[in-house]
Amino acid sequence: MSFKVSATAIDAVAARQAVADNSCGALVVFEGWIRDHNEGQAVERLEYEVYRPLAEKEGAVIIAEAIERFGISHAMCIHREGLLELSDIAVIVCVSSPHRGEAFEACRYIIDEVKSRLPIWKKEHYLSGISEWVNCEHCAAAGHSHGHSSEHQ
Amino acid sequence: MKVKVRYFALFREQAGMESESVDWQGGTAAELFQEMAARHATLMPEAAALVAINDEMAGWETTLDEGDEILFFPPVAGG
Repeated sequence: MSFKVSATAIDAVAARQAVADNSCGALVVFEGWIRDHNEGQAVERLEYEVYRPLAEKEGAVIIAEAIERFGISHAMCIHREGLLELSDIAVIVCVSSPHRGEAFEACRYIIDEVKSRLPIWKKEHYLSGISEWVNCEHCAAAGHSHGHSSEHQ
Repeated sequence: MKVKVRYFALFREQAGMESESVDWQGGTAAELFQEMAARHATLMPEAAALVAINDEMAGWETTLDEGDEILFFPPVAGG
């Protein structure tokens, strides 16, 4: 399965092995981590809600699009659901291809599409005791394309 | 006609429920959203939201059928 939702910790080594191929000279991996701050607030932990039936279907479509569009050999993505602590891996994307150029582009494409298309929601729990759903409305209003400060990079 | 509406994340909290059966006059997904927004008085404008019908992503102008399950998604934020 090229796209998965996981309720348990992501095994980054196993994820890499899933795209291993002797004909590939490049592996590009993106990991999204739980960061300790967002928009001036200290983050304690984070909660992902995923509507699995559609997320898994649409996630597989994104992977297929990336393979078709960039001609890479293999791609996979795992996204967490549930409660995550600081430094946990929220999402991983692994792409392998004969050369690095298309692997970088495909990896970027997959994470960007996953963030904007899949029915996944993030609730941040702050040290202050407050929690709130994160969305991109205010970043659109602020006029910057996708430099949203909740991005994990 | 009767349809089922499901709310997710922020919408679930705003509506105070996960789902409901709605009896209404019929129309598009956008019209149903506006109706539900009026009933719950808190749902954000549909321009910021997404809609799925029977587990397929759909356009707001889709005309609904009897028995459809309509999923209202607030702005997504994966990754």
